[in-house]
Amino acid sequence: MTAVGRSVARKDGIGKATGEARYADDLVFPGMLFGRTIRSTIPRGRIRSLELKFDPAGFTVADYRDVPHQNVVALIADDQPFLVEREIRHLAEPILLLAHADREKLLAAEVAIEYESAEPLFDPERSTVVFKAIEIHKGDPAAALAAAELVVDGSYRTGHQEHVYIEPNGVIAVPEQGGVTIYGSIQCPFYVVKALKSLLGPDRHLRVIQTETGGGFGGKEEYPSILAGHATLLALKSGRPVKLVYDRVEDMLATTKRHPSIVRHRTGLTRDGRLVAMEVDVLLDGGAYVTLSPVVLSRGCIHAAGPYRCEHLHISGRAVMTNTPPNGAFRGFGAPQTEFAIEVHMDRIAEALGMDPVAVRRLNALRPGDTTATGQTLREDSSALQVLETAVERSDFLAKRELFRGSNRGIGLSLFYHGAGFTGSGERTLKSRAKLILTPGGVRIAVGSTEIGQGTRTMHAQIVADALGIPYENVEVAQPDTAIVSDSGPTVASRTCLVVGKILEECALELKERLGGLGPAEYYARHGELTIERGYQLPDWIQWDEENYRGDAYATYGWGCDVVELELDPDTFEVKLHQLTAVQEFGRPIHPALARGQIEGGTVQGLGYALLERVVMREGAMANAQLTNYTIPTTLDTPDIDVVMLENPYPGGPFGAKGLGELPMDGPAPAVVNALRHLGLDIREIPATPELIDQVATAAARPRDDSKAGSRPREDSPA
Amino acid sequence: MKFILNGQTTEVAAHPMARLLDVLREECGLTGTKEGCGEGECGACTVLIDGEPVCSCLVPLAQVAGKAVVSIEGLHDHPLQQLFMSEVGAQCGICTPGMIMTALSLGPAASLDEVKTALAGNLCRCTGYPAIYRAVLKWRGRATPA
Repeated sequence: MTAVGRSVARKDGIGKATGEARYADDLVFPGMLFGRTIRSTIPRGRIRSLELKFDPAGFTVADYRDVPHQNVVALIADDQPFLVEREIRHLAEPILLLAHADREKLLAAEVAIEYESAEPLFDPERSTVVFKAIEIHKGDPAAALAAAELVVDGSYRTGHQEHVYIEPNGVIAVPEQGGVTIYGSIQCPFYVVKALKSLLGPDRHLRVIQTETGGGFGGKEEYPSILAGHATLLALKSGRPVKLVYDRVEDMLATTKRHPSIVRHRTGLTRDGRLVAMEVDVLLDGGAYVTLSPVVLSRGCIHAAGPYRCEHLHISGRAVMTNTPPNGAFRGFGAPQTEFAIEVHMDRIAEALGMDPVAVRRLNALRPGDTTATGQTLREDSSALQVLETAVERSDFLAKRELFRGSNRGIGLSLFYHGAGFTGSGERTLKSRAKLILTPGGVRIAVGSTEIGQGTRTMHAQIVADALGIPYENVEVAQPDTAIVSDSGPTVASRTCLVVGKILEECALELKERLGGLGPAEYYARHGELTIERGYQLPDWIQWDEENYRGDAYATYGWGCDVVELELDPDTFEVKLHQLTAVQEFGRPIHPALARGQIEGGTVQGLGYALLERVVMREGAMANAQLTNYTIPTTLDTPDIDVVMLENPYPGGPFGAKGLGELPMDGPAPAVVNALRHLGLDIREIPATPELIDQVATAAARPRDDSKAGSRPREDSPA
Repeated sequence: MKFILNGQTTEVAAHPMARLLDVLREECGLTGTKEGCGEGECGACTVLIDGEPVCSCLVPLAQVAGKAVVSIEGLHDHPLQQLFMSEVGAQCGICTPGMIMTALSLGPAASLDEVKTALAGNLCRCTGYPAIYRAVLKWRGRATPA
C-alpha cells in the first residue's frame, strides 16, 4: 500500500508521549558545567568598566577577547558580535559568559558593569539606518491613481510577536578533537556550523547534532548560532562540556521576535470595484542588528499587494535599525504583517465602494494567467477563487453577515497566499543536497532538515517509500548530524516538503534504477553499501531579477481563506471566538493528519497574534517577559476550527505537494479584525486587545476623525 | 526525604525547598517532566501528587513528603500515550507529558468542554489543541467533534 496521502504512523515513535525523547536540557555529560550570559542593562552606549564581584575559583569566564577568530555571528551581514566589545546596541546584549559546575553559585555570581549611556532610538519611523530597501514597480501607478474613480488610503500596524516554543533555547557544547560538538535545540544545524566557522576559524573540528526540538516557528532558525557560540567559548576555555539553557524570562527578553510593521496603502479603484493602482509602503522594525531582516522584508514586500490583480503598482519597503533586541525569523516571515494590512484595507475598500467583502475579492482575486506584483504569470496551480468560494459557502458567510447585523456578533474573512521555498533564484544559489543510504533492510534518509514538531521525518519517509516502491516501515530517518547528513538547507520558508522532499523523491527514483529490479535488502546482500546524493534543480522556467525585484518570486504558492465568527462583550471589550473556517490549498497533503495539525496550530498562533499577544516594550526591552503576562492562546481561547484541505497539485513538487508550514499564519489576524469591523469598529492594528477596542469604540462614539481611527499610539504599560 | 515515586518508595537527599521538578529531573534522572516556564503558567512540568495534577516547578520537595507522586515515567503503555501520537496531539512533544498527566485526571465520560477546562492550564504552541481533544476524547470513547 502506498504511504503518500495516508496518515501513517509517525517516525517519531512513542518517545514524545513516554518522556523518553531527549531534548537538549535532558542531556548530561560527564564533568559538564552550566553556562550563564551576562547582558547589558542599557539599550545603547559603551562599557566603561567591568568588575567581577565574586570569588573566581571554580568559574570559567569568557569575553570577546576569548574569541579565536572573528567576533561575528555570520549570517547575512557581519554586524552582530557574539560578545560586546565596547559598543552596546540593545538591552540584554551579551557581554560576558560564566560557567560553573554548581548552578546555585553560578546564578549568585555578580558582575558590576558601568556604562556610558547614549540616547537610544526606539521609533522605526525616525530611524535613518536602513538595513535593506526594496522597490517593486509595475506599470504606471501615478497615472493610474490620478485617473482612478475612487482612492482609499490607510495605515496599518502590527506589533512584535514572541515565538513561545514551549522548550526554551538550549545547547550543549562538548570539546572534541580540538574543536567542538554541539547538541542543541536547533532548526538549522548548518547555520550553526557557518556561525561557528566564523567564531573559531576554518580548520577546527565542528559538528552539530540536533536534539529533539520543542518547537521552533523560526525562533530557532538563526538564534541558536549565538547560544552555540557562547557555549563553545566556555567549553573551549574550560575544556569541559558546557550546557547553556535559557529560562523563560531570558528567552523572551533576549531572543528574536516577529518584526513590528507599519504598512501604508493608497489604492485607486473604479466605481465598480476593480483595483487599478496600488501604492504600498512597508516599514519593518529590524531591531539592533541585521540578522534576517533583509529577507523578511523581501517576503513581506512580495506579498504586500495581496492575492489580487493590479496592473499598476509600486511597493516600497524598508527594514530599519532601532535599539531593541534584533527581530528575526517567525513563521510567515514578513507576510503575516503585510497580508494583515492588505486584507484589512480590502474590507475598508469594500466599505468605501458599498460592496460586500466577498464581491470585491471575487472581482480582483488572482487567477491563473494573471500576473503578480513582481510580474510573475500564475500557472494552473493557483486557487484564490476556489478557496474563497469554498470558505464563503461552507461558513454561510453572506447569510451570517446579514443575520449578525445589529448584534454583538461579527463575521469577517481574509484571503491570502504564501510563496513556498526561498525567494526568486534563492534555491539555485542555496544548492541544497539530500542523501539516501541503502541499509540491510531498506533505506535511510540523511538530510539536515529538522523535525521540530511539523512532521519532517514522517513526510520525507512517505515520499521516499512511494518513489522507491518499498514499504514505509523500511525507511529510516537519520538524526540531523552535520558529520553524517547532507546540507539540505535550512528548515524554513515552507521548503522542507517542496524542495527537500523533491530532492529525496529524485534520489529515490535514481536509487530504484540502480537497484535494477532488486529489492533494497537483496541488493545490499549482494553488492553491499550504496549511497545516492543529489542536489536541487530549480525548474528552468523560474527567472528572477534580484536587482529590480521582477520575475518569478516563488515556484508555487499556497492559497487560503479564513472566516472568523466572534462575539464582543459590550462591557469588557473581550472577544470570544466562536468558529473559524480555514480553507487552504497547498498542492496536496502528504500526511493529512500532520497537515491538518499545521493548519490548526498555525491558525491558533495567528489568533494569538490578532488578539492576545502583546509584547510591551519599555526602554527597549520586553517588560512582560513572562508567560504570566504575555499570554498565548489556551484551550479556552481557541474556537472550533473547521479545516478544509483543497487539492491543486504543483507539478514540480513531490507527489504534487507544495509548502504548508507558514500559510496558516497569514490569515487569522485580518479575518479577526475584519469581523470586528463588521461590528463597526475601525481597527487597523494588532493585537486588538480589549484596551485597544475600548479606545476605538470610544473614538467611534465621538465625532469622526478618520485619519486617527485605530492607529493612535497607546499607553506603554504591561498587560 | 521520603516519598512514593511512580509506586516505589524513594528517598532523596535534596534540600527541602528544592523544586520537585529539579528533584525528578536531576536527582531521580526522570527527564520526561519538562520545564517550560518555571512559574506554573505552561503546565509542561505537570505530575500527579496524590492523584491531582500539579505543576512540579511550584512544589518544594518538602511538600511531597510521604505523598504519592506519579510522573510520565510512571505510566506503562497507557492508551493515551499511543493516542497522542496517532492523533497528532503531540507535534514537537515538549508539552505532551504534562498534557497527558493532566488529562489523566478527567472522569470517564468527559465532554469536550470538560476536556478544554481540564487542559486550560497546559499550553501547547504547535497543535492549536484540536488534535489533543481528538486524542483525549478517543480515549474516553467519545465521538470526535466535527
